Parts: sequence; structure tokens; C-alpha cells
Amino acid sequence: MNNYLLISIIIGYLACLFFIAFWAEKNAKSKWVNNPYIYVLSLAVYCSAWTYYGSVGIASQSGISFLTIYLGPVISLPLWILVMRKIIRISKQHKISSIADFISLRYGNNRFLGALVTIICVFAIVPYISLQLKAISETFEIITDETSYVSTSVLDDSTFYIAVLLAIFVAFFGTQATDASQRRKGIMTTVAVESILKLVFFLIAGIYVTFFLFDGTGDIYQQASQLENFKTITSFNGLDSGFNWMFTIMLSFFAIFLLPRQFHVAVVENDREKYLKKAIWLFPLYLLLFNIFVIFIAWGGNLSITGDVNQDYYTLLLPLQNNNIALAVLVFFGGFSAVISMVVISTLALSTMVSNNLVIPYGFLDKFIKGNPEKNASYIKSIRRISIFFLIIIAYFFYINFSYELSLFSIGLISFVVIAQLAPSFFIGLFWNRGSARAAKTGMIIGVLIVTYTLILPLILNVLTGNNTFVEEGLFGIALLKPYQLLGIDFLSPETHSFFWSIFFNTFSFLIFSLLARGNYRERNYAEMFVNSSNYANLQDGAYIWKGEAYVSDIRDVLNRFLGEKRTERALTIFNVKYSVPKDEEMADARLINFSEKLLTGSIGSASARILISSVAKEQPVSLLEVLKILEESKETIAVNKALKEKSNELTKLTEQLKTANNELLEQDRFKDDFLDTVAHELKTPITSIKAASEVLTDGEEMPDELKSKFLDNIVADADRLVSLIDDILDFEKLSGGREQLEIQPNPMDSTIKKAILGVHQIAQRKGVKVEFLNNSKLSASYDEDRILQVLTNLLSNALKYTDSDTGIITVAAQDKKDQVEVVVTDNGKGIPKEDIKYIFDKFYQSRHQNIKKPVGSGLGLAISKKIIESHHGKIWIDKTYKTGARVVFAIPK
Amino acid sequence: MKKILIVDDEPNIVMSLEYSFKKKNFEVYIARDGSEALQIAEEKVPDIVLLDIMMPNVDGYETLKHIKNNDKFKNTKVVFLSAKNKAADIEKGLQLGADKYLTKPFSVKKLVSEINELLN
Repeated sequence: MNNYLLISIIIGYLACLFFIAFWAEKNAKSKWVNNPYIYVLSLAVYCSAWTYYGSVGIASQSGISFLTIYLGPVISLPLWILVMRKIIRISKQHKISSIADFISLRYGNNRFLGALVTIICVFAIVPYISLQLKAISETFEIITDETSYVSTSVLDDSTFYIAVLLAIFVAFFGTQATDASQRRKGIMTTVAVESILKLVFFLIAGIYVTFFLFDGTGDIYQQASQLENFKTITSFNGLDSGFNWMFTIMLSFFAIFLLPRQFHVAVVENDREKYLKKAIWLFPLYLLLFNIFVIFIAWGGNLSITGDVNQDYYTLLLPLQNNNIALAVLVFFGGFSAVISMVVISTLALSTMVSNNLVIPYGFLDKFIKGNPEKNASYIKSIRRISIFFLIIIAYFFYINFSYELSLFSIGLISFVVIAQLAPSFFIGLFWNRGSARAAKTGMIIGVLIVTYTLILPLILNVLTGNNTFVEEGLFGIALLKPYQLLGIDFLSPETHSFFWSIFFNTFSFLIFSLLARGNYRERNYAEMFVNSSNYANLQDGAYIWKGEAYVSDIRDVLNRFLGEKRTERALTIFNVKYSVPKDEEMADARLINFSEKLLTGSIGSASARILISSVAKEQPVSLLEVLKILEESKETIAVNKALKEKSNELTKLTEQLKTANNELLEQDRFKDDFLDTVAHELKTPITSIKAASEVLTDGEEMPDELKSKFLDNIVADADRLVSLIDDILDFEKLSGGREQLEIQPNPMDSTIKKAILGVHQIAQRKGVKVEFLNNSKLSASYDEDRILQVLTNLLSNALKYTDSDTGIITVAAQDKKDQVEVVVTDNGKGIPKEDIKYIFDKFYQSRHQNIKKPVGSGLGLAISKKIIESHHGKIWIDKTYKTGARVVFAIPK
Repeated sequence: MKKILIVDDEPNIVMSLEYSFKKKNFEVYIARDGSEALQIAEEKVPDIVLLDIMMPNVDGYETLKHIKNNDKFKNTKVVFLSAKNKAADIEKGLQLGADKYLTKPFSVKKLVSEINELLN
């Protein structure tokens, strides 16, 4: 393909990206720019050229081990809800703009640590960027068919111009705001778009190879299995490769958190925590899709491409070989997208680190203190822009001089191993408050030294000397010091071997140094704020400890220089309102110091912010004891608050209970009133009757004798009724109050039942109702015979009341029910209406459906019976299933 | 002859009332609950109804409402005769439109004269 045509397409493509970025910046509030999908897709910056080309290379040589790089992130994602959320929260609270800021702040805002992390990151990432440039250059050569052509000068090399264009892009869109913790919508949107492009183009290539060049996956497998090295590249080779797998997975697990570009997209650019929920399933899905066709492209390449080619580029070579130029161009642009997004985000993240953690704190602070706000802002931006160009150019020269020899995979892994040196201080520091700055520094330095010795030095020596004696014989010829087989461990690949030893000593020294010496008060302060971030979320400013003297006016001056007067004024007003500090307060307190440091952190990094603020404040050292005391107090406040809340909840509950109790009492009171009312009413009825009859009799001289005696009979009956009513009321009250002493002793139930039947015999006979005792078996139980007799009599008289004359039959049966005796009284009367069953054992409840004109009885019979049975620890109930009459059952223990 | 309807579920009380009103030349009808009372009232259109409150089936209040809602009974007086003697009960009874509220136990003589007074 024509060189210039491709270049013009590239320029057109870059112009598109510029346009998208520009549009997104302008429409930063639009929902196209603000949604979880942009966030998830920007995470896919993880898939660089290494994924796009390198995976295929690895798959064609050593099988499925390329997957380890994606398994780590996939395994880590469920943890994101816990870990990443914590990281994001802390970062937002402290306006953290990079991983260097994060780590240095955790260890007491340590300037040296921030610089160290920055250097490690540059050290790890610049070769990685150069690897991306290499991919562009090589694919460019393949597609323009200029493999024979070797550029003789920088100005002759198209890659150089692409690198410069990328630098311009990053410099333009990455440094719009001085505050580096601000989101960059433009860049993120382009990254998301590129993530879609690279995935789609790669899938197209995969489908093309699998289904057009070959006859589907089965066909490729079939043919590939004929190749001689098929077995080695598809099988899992014992324990050794198991260890290699495990360590590589760990490596990529760390990388997804620690790579500056991943930290940048996942943490700094995170708008909402809830986006994480989408990320934890969508991102693994993205990675899965990306890896589906890798193995088939690799096999396809192995099968159809012969000769000495770089297997990394099978994806591109396969369509080219089949003269499908259009597809090849698509593939090229997919790879190009992967490269651009990686390079852009990496340089953006690195440049922020270089400026905020290296250049500004170590050289430019004095200048800033004197400068005015506009000048300072432009200084800061310039520093970042220069860093961006500087980083890309270094990467370019590294590529020119070194990376000819190296595959995409190996440089990627080296970069991961170096970055992994941040892991102990990052992860352990997040959950263990003892981790100290000195321990973090020591661990990292030792780790990096080991990586240098076991991985980087051999490569450099090899390139420089052209021989392998260092690797084969070890340092000074000592076998135990062989860089790839340190202390005799010879079953790991160089990268995992290096990772194993470096991370081992790094973690070990981190732990030992942390335990040996505690950090100073500031370290402890920040450690507490990080480790217990959720505890301090509400009182972040209160958790910050600072003692000393500072004037508000001095601090205002410093802020003015960076934020400008308007923003400073606004920020201070917010501060005054938020903490109810009077506007004319002269002395600054810890909260203002913390507040101001945070304001500056986004612009110049946490370390510099601290240094600047302390330059105008006379800080007094705080003893560790004081820190702990204050932190304890904050914790106590929380604890007290919590306790208060619990107390309040308890009180609410108690109030609720009291209310219920009160209602119950009121209810009982009402019952009592009702009861008295009913009693009065019941008593008044016979009294009224007696009174009226007596009066009539008094005046009834001319009354016939027959009528006279009728009235007299009525008086006697009503008097009897009165007496039995009074007896029942007293009886019921006695039973209710539990004052009744029962004479419980073994009794034969059958004889009690017979006595009861005998008692109602006369009335029954008069009414023509039959009363039968069904079974005659001897059943003994413990009870007070008089009382049970009372219950039986009551039940029988009720049954008599509600059965018809002459046809009525009442039966009584006693049954043995394990440890109870059950007595069943059944009649063939009208039965008990459904609506009455519920209340029938209530006092004074008389059915409204009785078939005689006036119920005889107090209305207390069943209520009393129930009380009696209950005081025998028994139960009495209506058998609802019995439909042809009424059936009452009671059961008492034997 | 004035017609009186006595509504009460206590036969002994009814018996005394029946005797006393008959002696005073009333035409006496008797019902043992509300529904029976309404039936008889419909037929006989009494001048006065002596109504108990606590009765099976249809209670006194219901009965009163029915009577008051029927134009046929616009000349019929209704007197409650109840053991419920709390101020609230009495008020309720009168509010529903009873012409008088008398409590149990009562003096027969006094009751008869009060009814007579009400009718004249």
C-alpha cells in the first residue's frame, strides 16, 4: 500500500480523534460523555498493542499462557467493589491525581516516596511506551511493504511524527485544567471510542481468519493438531508451568491496580462509585471477547505463514497474504487505536506524576511562592507539557536504540514486574496502619534492584556485549547468583523468577521495617485516615492533625498564587460556612491547613502542597501520643455518636413498647368498663322485672289470682336468676384472679361424666332430649372434680338450650389422647354460627341465634368453663369441622 | 284507644308493662326484638313505641332509625327504655330522634303517666 496514502489516512484518523475529544470537552455534561460505559471502555486501555498483536505471538509459540495477563484482572474485578471503591473514595477526599500521590500521601505526604514512585513508574512505563511505538512502526512497515527499508535518520521515520502528534494531543487535552485531579472528558471519550474500534477490528480479523481463511474453529484445530509442536503449545506442562501461571496471574492482578494508566482511568477519572458495579461484569466480558480468536489467529498463522516473520503480526500478515488490503488497514487501525490510547493515558498519567511529584517539589516551589496566579498556572501547565514531550521522546529513543531485539510480550512483562514493586506498600498500606514510609521506600528500592539484577541487567549486557556469559555463569561465576536462577531456582521463566524474588524481598523488608520502627506522627495520621477511611469519611478534616501557628492571610496569599483571587475567595467562603468559622478569623487551624493543602494538591501534588503551606505556617511537631489521642478522640466521637444513635433507637423502641403497653392497658380498662357495664345491665334486668312485678302486685287489688301467682312466680324466678348471676360473676372473678385453689387429684372421668349427665337428666327428660354417654371405658385423669363437673354441666345445659325438643340428641365421649384425656360434647342442634365461634368463650357473649325466646343463664358459662380448663393446664375449643350441630371439646392432662 | 308497641326481650318485664298499659286502656302489642317490632309497627302503626336497646337481631337503635325514616310513622312517638343509663347513651338515643329516654329499673306508675303526658 502506498506510503503517503496510509499517512494521510492516519492524519485523518488523528483529526477525528481531535474532533471527538474537542466535542466531548465542549459537551462535558452530555450523557454521551457521562455514563458508565465510557468508564468501563476507558478501563480497556489495558489492552494495548501487546494484547492486539503480542497475544497472538505468544499463542503461536507457547500456547494459551497469554491468557494469564487477562486472568489477573478478571480475578481482581469482584474485589473492586471493596478495594477499588476504597481507593476511589480516598482519592476523591484528598484530590489525588496519580498513584505516586496516593502512595506518598498514605505514608505521611512523603516527598521522597512520591518521587521514588514516579521514577519507578517512568522506569517501567517508558520502555512500554516505546514498545507501542515499535508496534506502530513495524505494522506501518508491513502494510506499506517497506520491510527492506531502514530509516536512516529520525526525521525520515514516520513513527517519530506519529509520536510527536500524540504528544501534541496529550499536551492539548490533558492539561486543560491546572488541577490534575479534574476529569478529562475529551481524552476519556476518545479512549472509549478507540476501545470499541480495537475490539471490533480485532474481532473482524478473527472472524475473517477463522471462517473465511479456514473452515471454522474445528477446521483450524484439525489442521493445527498436525503440526509438530502442537502438543507443547496446547498443554499445561506440569508444576513448573503451574508456578509460571500463578505468578503471571499475580503480576497482572497487581498491574490492573498499579499501572499508572489504569490508576488514572479507574480512579482519577472515576465520576461515580456506582460505575464500578457495571465495570465488574462488563470489563471481564470485554477481555473475554478480545481473547476469543487469539488462539485461532495464532494457529492460522502457524499453518499458512511460513518463513522468518514476527509472529506478533499474524493478524496483519494473514489478510495481507490473501491480498485483503482493506481488512489489513482495518487491523492496522485497530492496533493503532490500542497504541494511541495506551500512549496517551500513560504519558498523561506519567507527566502528572513527573510534574507534581518530581519537578515541582524538587525545584520549582520557590519560584511559585513569588509568582502570580496566571504565571503559576502557566508554569504548571508548561512543566506538564514539557514532561509529556520529554516522556514520548525518551520512549522514542529507547525504541530506536533498544527494542529491536525485544518482543512485545517480554517488554510488557518487564514493565509489569517493575510496577509490581509498588504492590506491597500500596496494598498492605491500604489495610494495615503500621506500614511506614521508610519501610515502603526500602521495600521498593530493594525490589527494583532485584528486578534490575535478575531481568534488566542481563538484557542490557546481552545487547551491549552480544554474549550471554552473565546469564549462563552468574555474577563472578557464582552459580547461586545466576540472574535467571537465583539461589538455584531454575524452573521459572526469567520474568516470573524476577517477580518472585523481587516481590518476596520487597514485601519482607516492608513488613520488617514497618514492625521495627513506627513512622512519625504525620505518617500515623495519614495511615489512620487511609486504613480507616470509612470511619473518617465524615470527619476527614477533623481527623487531620496539625499544631502550630499560621495566619489566614498568609495562607490566602499562597492560595491566590495558584488558584487566583476569585477561586481562593470562593473556596475560603465555602470553608467558613462549612465549619462556621468567622470570616475575620486571623489564625488558621488544622482544618484550614488541611483544606488548603487539598486545594493545592490537585494542581501541584500533595507533597508540594504540604511544603508550600508549611512555608507560611510555623508548625510544631506533634508527638505520636498526641496523634493517637486525637485519633482516638475522633474514633470516640464516632463511637459516641454510634452509641447515641443506638440509644435513640432503643428509646424509640421503648417508646413504641410503652405505647403498645399503654394501648393494652387502655384496652383492658375498656374491657373492664365493658364488663362492669354488662354486669350492671345483666343485674338490672331481673331487678327491673322484680320491681315492676312488685309494683303491679301492690296496685292490683282487682287482679285475678291466677295472674297474681304468675307475677309472684316471676319474682321468684328473677330472684333466683339474680343469685346465680351474682354467683357466676364472683366465680368468674375468682378464677380470673387466680385466687381459686383447685383440689386436683386422680379421678375417674367416666364417673364424673355420668354425674354430670344425671344432673341435667330431669331437664332433658322434660324437653324430650336424649343425653348419652358413648363409651364406657375407664379413663382416669387428675382434676378438681367439682370444677370439671361444673364445666360438663355448663356444656350440657348449653347443648340442651340449643337443641330442639323431642328430636334432640346430645352425646358425650371421653377419649384417651396420649398424656391427655379428651372429652367431647356433641349435639344435633342448630350449631354455632361461624361468626360466633371466635367470641363464644368471651364473657357475656350470647349468641344472637338462639332458638328460645330468652336465654337462660348469665352469659358467663363458657367463659368460666374456659377459665377452669385453663387452670387445669388444658384446652377447650369448638370443633369447627363438625357441621351437623355443635361440638365442644376439652382436653386436660392425665 | 291509643296503640302502644312494647319491644323488649325480657318476658317478665313485658308482662308487667302489658298489664299496666292495658289497665289504662291502651291497645298493647308486643315484640321481642327489632325486626318483629318493625313488622308489627308496619301493620298496626302504633301511637307510641316503647323500645329496649339491647336486643337480639335488630337492636333498639336500628329499630328507631327505621321508624324515623318512614313517613308512615311521622306521628309515632318513640321512647327508649333501657338499662343503659350513662349520659353518653342517653344523648345518643335522643340524638337519633327518640322522644324520650327512660332508664331501667323504672317505676311502672311513673312510666305510664309519662307516656300519657307525651301522648297528650
